Amino acid sequence: MAARKPAAPGPVAFTLNGGAVEMDAHPMARLLDVLREDLRLTGTKEGCGEGECGACTVLLDGDPVCSCLVPLAQVRGREVVTIEGLGGDHPLQRAFVEEGGAQCGACTPGMILAAVALPKHATLAEVRTGLAGNLCRCTGYEAIYRAIEKANKPSAVRRQPPGGSVEPKE
Amino acid sequence: MGIVGTNVPRVDGPAKVRGTARYVDDITFPGMLHGRTIRTTIPCGRITDLRFESDPAGFTVVDWRDIPGENCITHITDDQPCLVRSEVRHVAEPVLLLAHEDREALLGARVHIAYERGQPLLDPLRSTRFHKEVLIEQGDLARGFRAADLVVEGEYRTGHQEHAYIEPNGVIAVPEPNGGVTVYGSLQCPYFVHHALTRLLGLPDGLVRVVQTEVGGAFGGKEDYPSVIAGHAALLALKAKRPVKLVYDRAEDMWATTKRHPSIVRHRTGVTKRGKLVAMEIEVILDGGAYVTLSPVVLSRSCLHAAGAYRCPHVHVEGRAVFTNTPPNGAFRGFGAPQTQFAIEAHMDRVAEALGMDPARLRLLNALRPGDTTATGQTIGADCSALAVLREAVRRSGWRRKRAAWRGTNKGIGLALFRHGAGFTGSGEERLASRCSLATSERGVRILVASTEMGQGAHTTLAQIVADSLGIPFEQVEVAVPDTAEVPNSGPTVASRTCMVVGRILERCAHEMREGLGGLAPAEHFRLHGPLVVTKQYEPPPGVAWDEEHYRGDAYPTFAWGCDVAEVEYDPDTYEVKPTKLTLVQEFGRPINPVLALGQIEGGTAQAVGWALTEHVVMRDGGMANAQLTDYTIPTTLDTPRLATVMLENPYAHGPFGAKGVGELPFNGPAPAIVNALRHLGIDVREIPALPERVMEAARGRA
Repeated sequence: MAARKPAAPGPVAFTLNGGAVEMDAHPMARLLDVLREDLRLTGTKEGCGEGECGACTVLLDGDPVCSCLVPLAQVRGREVVTIEGLGGDHPLQRAFVEEGGAQCGACTPGMILAAVALPKHATLAEVRTGLAGNLCRCTGYEAIYRAIEKANKPSAVRRQPPGGSVEPKE
Repeated sequence: MGIVGTNVPRVDGPAKVRGTARYVDDITFPGMLHGRTIRTTIPCGRITDLRFESDPAGFTVVDWRDIPGENCITHITDDQPCLVRSEVRHVAEPVLLLAHEDREALLGARVHIAYERGQPLLDPLRSTRFHKEVLIEQGDLARGFRAADLVVEGEYRTGHQEHAYIEPNGVIAVPEPNGGVTVYGSLQCPYFVHHALTRLLGLPDGLVRVVQTEVGGAFGGKEDYPSVIAGHAALLALKAKRPVKLVYDRAEDMWATTKRHPSIVRHRTGVTKRGKLVAMEIEVILDGGAYVTLSPVVLSRSCLHAAGAYRCPHVHVEGRAVFTNTPPNGAFRGFGAPQTQFAIEAHMDRVAEALGMDPARLRLLNALRPGDTTATGQTIGADCSALAVLREAVRRSGWRRKRAAWRGTNKGIGLALFRHGAGFTGSGEERLASRCSLATSERGVRILVASTEMGQGAHTTLAQIVADSLGIPFEQVEVAVPDTAEVPNSGPTVASRTCMVVGRILERCAHEMREGLGGLAPAEHFRLHGPLVVTKQYEPPPGVAWDEEHYRGDAYPTFAWGCDVAEVEYDPDTYEVKPTKLTLVQEFGRPINPVLALGQIEGGTAQAVGWALTEHVVMRDGGMANAQLTDYTIPTTLDTPRLATVMLENPYAHGPFGAKGVGELPFNGPAPAIVNALRHLGIDVREIPALPERVMEAARGRA
């Protein structure tokens, strides 16, 4: 892997949700603060500030990262996607609403972005490993698995009877 | 075709998945300052010197002398000061408040506090100061023990638990031109905060306004604590004459705010050789911490659930919530009931072991049936499903086969039978006298309640209840933002009461409104006649009576019932316990929205798995030593077992569309079921969290 050039001084230019932005902030400013405070993109949440909870997850060149641990200088020339960049009608967004994958919503933007980054047709084991860095305190995760499964198979409309039972799928 | 019983998508869902929902930290006001709380670092003593040592330019500084009203946080009693004057009772107690427009400057501010240290009381067993005592007596205990063939004794302990909502506590206080204040915040109970603020600030009701912002999880952790943080922000804002945002970071939230009460519960049980319970003597000790907060009612619920889901003619329950020099413990999902049901359920497996009886069979023999009475003399009605949930859980989980086949392996299976009283304890609902309103609007009708949406789905289920009660499409029902300037006091959003109690009042509002509409659609009526508002107050179900002084009568209008079966894998080299699957069979009347109800069951279960196995609050010199998510570990996807859920229905006559409460029930079962699965492996664990080091100790006697 080629060594990256040392960060040049001056504004940091990167791609944010498909558009070009230039930020004249401290190079060590947390990407999380730049997004939330300078750019007013408050969909990205802070849960712990130390990379444990994943609430601040964004995609950096397609990979999920904790934006509380990423200094602004590191995104120079790279592509950042936040929850606002999904457009609002992504199959995962719809499925999270329908299946109860979102309750309080604080982990939800990060969780959905982590789910976007999962391999296509991920197995349940891959889903669990892929989301292990995103804490949810509300759902017990089962509804999140159901939402991801549903988003992957948009044609499969599952009707759940009132009451009844729900067996986990392997 | 009605909307109740269907999985209508939650009304707050789209904004949450798009990131447009506005939580308190997402909101700013022009000229807003940031706040910071300076706290004590000793558990007990006296402040002898307090000095703000930075350049005061740009700072607003508040201490106890700036409080215009009473220096207290209004809960059940007034013992807790808003800001310490001199006496220190616990670590992280608030002393001084700072505000500044620049957060870096705020964090850099230096404050010197000198103390005269006292001798802290940290062991609840040595405490002789009681926040509350409870005594429940049924029958004649001595007679019961005389009838017993076998007596089994045991002590069971549970630890602190941190709520770990993903969004920490936070508020913004805005001074108003009329001399009043508006607080926007992440909170469960707007009127609790409103009441606390009027007393702290010495303001009339009309000058204090509390508005709920989107809440990123609460679980009881935003029931009592917001009265503290709102008071702090309001004091700063009124002094600075500018809006002040006070949002805790994770470390401060974990270090300073309330936790689940640690418990020590002792059982002495008499049983006949055929397995019939004849005497239960139970002692309950809860560590309340340094101030009373909600401990009396937590203890009450603890004791009222201490005998579990069983019938027994002779019962004696004695409980106390004690003072220690630790941060006060408060509300947390289950509110005392999980602690005592952990004890009874772990104990029941030891009774079964002593009898050489299958644990499921012992429970089948003793489970409450309709017509039985509880320890308070409450007659259990047809809304009891103890046997049904137990039988279904045994059948569904393959209990008998796995119980036999796994003997001698490193796999274990255990179960727990439990209940949860819905609504406030005793005559609590009558005292609250909750009011709800429905008003016609341009869209149709508007629900006006102080009950908050914090992820549980309350606003969606209430709208479903109103839609069907009025016979209008769901889309025509909207729910007002809980704002004390606009909504009546429908009570706090706690105690598994919102759907059952608030939903019932709204159902009655809807029935009356339907008559007033004269056949018109609500929106049409609004256009022609202006707003039609119907307000109703809580009415107790017929025949419910409670004697608070003697703890006799109907402790709860109804109970929800559950039976959980836990399957675990044990690693004899690392002593780690991995829960692989939980079967959850729960009856809570009838689900108004099955997807949302399922979310309560699965989510509550996962929290309880953490309480059972990994969530360890390490207390050192009276303060939490691991106040960060790095070493206080809540379950991730990989720690959470697979969950198979069965929702049984047994409609409750006095709940809306047959609903009881479901919010807390799921928390009561998982921990004892897991510990009982360990017992199946021959590992005698009586204290949670069952960390590997505790399991190692307990496994020494394993064959």
